[in-house]
Amino acid sequence: MSEIQDLSTFVRHPAEGVAAMDLVVEGVHCGACISTIEKGLSRDAAVRSARVNLASKRLTVEWTEGELRPSEILDRLSGLGYPAYPFAVETADSVELREEKRLLRCLAVAAFGAMNIMLLSVSLWAGAATGPSGATRDFFHWLSAVVALPTVAFAGRPFFDSAAKALKARTFNMDVPISLGVLLAIGLSVVQTLQHATEAYFDSAVMLLLFLLAGRYLDQRMRRRTRDVATNLAAMRAERAVKLFEGGEAREVPIAAIAPDDLVLVRAGERVAVDGVVEDGRSDVDQSLVTGETSPAPVATGAQVYAGSLNLTGALRVRVAKAATGTLLDEVNALLEKAVVQRSSYVRIADRAARLYAPVVHVTALATFLGWMLMGLGWEHALVIAITVLIITCPCALGLAVPAVQVVAAGAMFRHGVMLNSGDALERLAGVSDIVFDKTGTLTLPTLSVANLADIAPQDLSLAGSLALASKHPLARAVAAAAGATAPLPAHEFPGQGVTIFIEGVRLRLGSIAFCKAEAEAAPVAAKWPDASLMAFRAPERVVVFAIRQAARPDAREIVGELLNAGYRIEALSGDRPAAVEAAARELGIETFSGGVKPGDKIARLNALRSGGRKTLMVGDGLNDAPALAAAYVSMSPITAAHLTQTQADAVFLGDRLAPVAEALSLARKAKRLMVENLWLSAIYNLFAVPIAILGYASPLVAALAMSGSSVIVTVNALRARQARGF
Amino acid sequence: MNVLVFLVPLALALGALGLAAFLWALRNGQFDDLDGAAWRAISDDDLPDDAPRQNHV
Repeated sequence: MSEIQDLSTFVRHPAEGVAAMDLVVEGVHCGACISTIEKGLSRDAAVRSARVNLASKRLTVEWTEGELRPSEILDRLSGLGYPAYPFAVETADSVELREEKRLLRCLAVAAFGAMNIMLLSVSLWAGAATGPSGATRDFFHWLSAVVALPTVAFAGRPFFDSAAKALKARTFNMDVPISLGVLLAIGLSVVQTLQHATEAYFDSAVMLLLFLLAGRYLDQRMRRRTRDVATNLAAMRAERAVKLFEGGEAREVPIAAIAPDDLVLVRAGERVAVDGVVEDGRSDVDQSLVTGETSPAPVATGAQVYAGSLNLTGALRVRVAKAATGTLLDEVNALLEKAVVQRSSYVRIADRAARLYAPVVHVTALATFLGWMLMGLGWEHALVIAITVLIITCPCALGLAVPAVQVVAAGAMFRHGVMLNSGDALERLAGVSDIVFDKTGTLTLPTLSVANLADIAPQDLSLAGSLALASKHPLARAVAAAAGATAPLPAHEFPGQGVTIFIEGVRLRLGSIAFCKAEAEAAPVAAKWPDASLMAFRAPERVVVFAIRQAARPDAREIVGELLNAGYRIEALSGDRPAAVEAAARELGIETFSGGVKPGDKIARLNALRSGGRKTLMVGDGLNDAPALAAAYVSMSPITAAHLTQTQADAVFLGDRLAPVAEALSLARKAKRLMVENLWLSAIYNLFAVPIAILGYASPLVAALAMSGSSVIVTVNALRARQARGF
Repeated sequence: MNVLVFLVPLALALGALGLAAFLWALRNGQFDDLDGAAWRAISDDDLPDDAPRQNHV
């Protein structure tokens, strides 16, 4: 690209006269990279600081305002061998980061409190306070209180806040019994201390917080790292557009800098980066990422074009739309709103357990209190026993049971190229019974390739490939890629038709069927490859016809077979022509399919499946799939999907292969099994611990041992979620 | 026994000092890039360089 890049939208101004920019850098992986980049940039006097973050593969550069253009920094970095991509820090990112730091602070405070209180408690249990007066014991209890009260006030906030929110909404979550247990334990201990009692539960309360905070912090960190990777990937494939300024100047700008009513130039072979109306120009566009339809549609002045379509033949000047009305995008947005409202409110397994668990615990505690009263025990003593029941049942293991599995499973998915967008996606993925695939870009790769390579003679292919290099047309690029051609021929291009060259006394042509007058030869190829676009190559005495289409993902057939064997029902729903959908579905062994499906019809189909009691995983990438993804029980999309679509998906998978979908399903099933197992483990723990507490034998030592024991068991069990595969 | 009255709170105070140091380090961004810090420790920043370094954050 010869245009100067305008990156001003990414520049921050942290201080007067200072400009800064955040960049994602490709290929940094060691200390040498850090010093190459930092020293390389710092040689410039205008650069005030350059700091690489190796963990997140990001770079922050600060320079003196006005002395350096942002694009020069990118040039210098790529000169150093590190292509970099600017990105804007989203507010959601910094909120997540703040929450993570807050949890880490709470965790540190709780760890300090737990260690020191435990130090005091262990000395008491070991017999430090055997003196007749109990003065040492009281002193230790007071010290524990001095440490525990501020610790709980600070480190317990995440739980108290969440519990208050849940109660305000008149629901229960796990944080309600947790908060109640901690507060009661602390309150009881203070009263016990005041009354010179022999036992206090400061250690239990603080240790409980420590365990739970550890689980929550890990959970948050996993989510944040997933987000970071997603942001980096988004920055690397950030779309740019050529903006036409008044006076005819053309400049390449990031999409974030484009406003409604701007004029944008889209050349042949480029993706349209904006939604808008064609101001002038004539071309064919491939809207497969938008509608799923793979055969190109002609556009001319006044036609609507959408972001994500591929401009095939001619240059277009597009006026950016303010807000689309009465268009496909409008329809997609309306459907999306409805689908999001309709989305069945899934209740997380942990919350379901809490709803079941909290009343049982509270009733048990009350019954214990009344029971001891009836047995003739004083109300104070009965109350103490009732509160110890609450403390010992406080769902320490229960609170860890689900998050610990989630963290381990999300980590395992990450390694298999699946990134979860939502926390409960795991549980929903585990319940899936049906899978609905979109065809274009999901079952098939988003890039074009030559389908009938086997029918083409190698010398024709290499000649056609060299000729194809002269054209920017996507079909020609696919031919060039298939031939592995690197040396272009100095051919002449007729835009929208083809390229031709006169070489060694013969004329060679590569282009549309009409351009090469190859109608007769094209007919059998078209019949054999109904979903392909055709391109012809004519040397004087022979004609070759290329069938070019989006090939199926390399392992699609195998994975579909594996999923069918595992008992999933599989369907293909696509906006593409029925013939093309049928060909692709047959090739992959999918028996239920329909083509020409509109976005609304996709939702209707999903709703029909739902009312039949089926739980559907929707996998799609197009803009037209976005409402269906939102309406499905759970959804996934490839990383190449349209932006709007990706934000609606519960999980995003990377790479050319379809295997991550199968991995995700198998990991999710395993994770769900472990979650249920963990919940049972903590239920069994309670089965033993609660009778001890009800009978009044739950000393602080017993409580400490029982709690840490059950937490460790649950966490170790969760680690098994690492290995996948095998349904 | 009376020695406990001094020593135990002293131990607590030392622990609190450690906590304060950790919270300071956290706030100061010392934990933002754990991978990078490992490499920076062995970089030869302190050796004379052919080009003068112009910045230190």
